[in-house]
Amino acid sequence: MAEAANGALLTVAGLEAWYGESHILHGVDFHVRPGEVVTLLGRNGAGKTTTLKSVMGMIGKRSGSIRFDGAETIRLTSDRIARAGIALCPEERGIFASLDVKENLTLPPVVRPGGLSLDQIFELFPNLKERLGSQGTKLSGGEQQMLAIGRILRTGARLLMLDEPTEGLAPVIIQQIGRTIARLKQSGFTILLVEQNFRWASKVADRFYVMEHGRVVDGFASADLEANKQKLQDYLGV
Amino acid sequence: MQALYGQLVVGLINGSFYALLSLGLAVIFGMLNIINFAHGAFYMMGAFAAYFLLNWAGLGYWWALLLAPLMVGAVGVLVERTMLQWLTGLDHLYGLLLTFGLALVIQGVFQNEFGSSGLPYAIPAELRGAQNLGFMFLPNYRAWVIVFSLVVCLATWFVIERTKLGAYLRAATERPELVRAFGIDVPRMITLTYGFGVALAALAGVLAAPINQVRPLMGADFIIVVFAVVVIGGMGSIMGSIVTGFALGLIEGLTKYFYPEASSTVVFVIMAIVLLVKPNGLFGRTA
Ligand SMILES: Nc1ncnc2c1ncn2[C@@H]1O[C@H](COP(=O)(O)OP(=O)(O)OP(=O)(O)O)[C@@H](O)[C@H]1O
Ligand SMILES: [Mg+2]
Repeated sequence: MAEAANGALLTVAGLEAWYGESHILHGVDFHVRPGEVVTLLGRNGAGKTTTLKSVMGMIGKRSGSIRFDGAETIRLTSDRIARAGIALCPEERGIFASLDVKENLTLPPVVRPGGLSLDQIFELFPNLKERLGSQGTKLSGGEQQMLAIGRILRTGARLLMLDEPTEGLAPVIIQQIGRTIARLKQSGFTILLVEQNFRWASKVADRFYVMEHGRVVDGFASADLEANKQKLQDYLGV
Repeated sequence: MQALYGQLVVGLINGSFYALLSLGLAVIFGMLNIINFAHGAFYMMGAFAAYFLLNWAGLGYWWALLLAPLMVGAVGVLVERTMLQWLTGLDHLYGLLLTFGLALVIQGVFQNEFGSSGLPYAIPAELRGAQNLGFMFLPNYRAWVIVFSLVVCLATWFVIERTKLGAYLRAATERPELVRAFGIDVPRMITLTYGFGVALAALAGVLAAPINQVRPLMGADFIIVVFAVVVIGGMGSIMGSIVTGFALGLIEGLTKYFYPEASSTVVFVIMAIVLLVKPNGLFGRTA
């Protein structure tokens, strides 16, 4: 990973993280440039989710360096990091049962200008508009995923982190999410994606990193996916 | 019949206090996951604050209604910042023991200073007298306590269930770490929630001062029944605690009229039955 990180929006270097006593990340290095879509790949338990949560400041014990937009964030609390312009769509989606769809959608406060309006979000996810009054967790899995993505688009965050947005969804909805990511990229969002499905991800991502045992062990551009296919299949065990 | 209506009013008065106190307990439990055993002590402190304001600062009932909850709420904020916040993530038992100990300390200090007998607190001049309703005389102060408590309870319900601030509270009750990662200062919200719950208890204390006198142990006796009310209603439900509070006050009042021997135990009997039939309480969520 000796590539120059100059001009990167997010630069993670030597990131280590712990859950209590268990040491999970052992020095993670990668970067994301403005406007890029970067995907983290890796087997179950490799530390992808932990990496996103560390960037978000949600892991209590972490060390190393996480620079966002030129500023060090490793010691900031997650509310400060959110206000700096990073937003996370968590793996378990995190839809609130005691909030209706509208409340879920408008829960995250707008932290800076540049976010999407509600109408723009409904344009991306028309289903949500029809379900505004429903209890958040009464939505289907796909709709919940749309809600989880939609609600971080309003905030004006520049870096969107999506943790396995296609997990457990039907092919049509996976396509819809793919189109959404492409459109977000067009509008200038920077996206850090965690994905198991690298074939799907190769359509939206500019670059890949591969994680193994709490480290980034490889990285290549989407264009080089074919050349790296065999290696990748070994990494992922598919 | 006069006696029946009289008991119903007494029941509604008690129900008002049950509702205010169990509402505060529910709000605190939701956000902090702490069973606040110090609630009775804060209720007592509210009544004492009203007494001090009157006798030391010359500020009467209406000022007390505003200032006592703020003062005691500030004590609550201090307690949360200095003690309770360190219990985050630990078992319920720690919070319960800490607040129980706190209640003993607070009540002990007040008992040392003021003894066990009651200090008088007069009904404000504007609320003396009674209304002749034809079928009964309704003392103005009692009517005020019932109506005002109901308004405070419903306003609290409205804020929590129907506003943006309430959405933050509900969301933070479910997943505080995610709400924080959206940019909301959840620790401060938790502190203020505790302060608010405590302030509700203090408000009930001020309302009770002219009715029950101001005594160091006024909360200690009362809070046991309130906890039974909370168990019946189910922890954590806002509307549940309000409805259960008023309903059990009424049931107690009716029991006093029809079968006075059971009036002090009826709440506990109901609690036992509810625990058998619906262990999570009438309005409780299954967790
Ligand atoms: N809350 C937790 N407490 C303790 N250990 C955890 C916790 N969450 C995850 N782990 C451990 O940390 C390691 C990395 O988990 P992580 O969730 O980051 O993996 P992942 O790459 O996202 O996997 P998946 O593809 O299954 O989502 C795993 O070994 C996991 O068991
Ligand atoms: Mg994961």
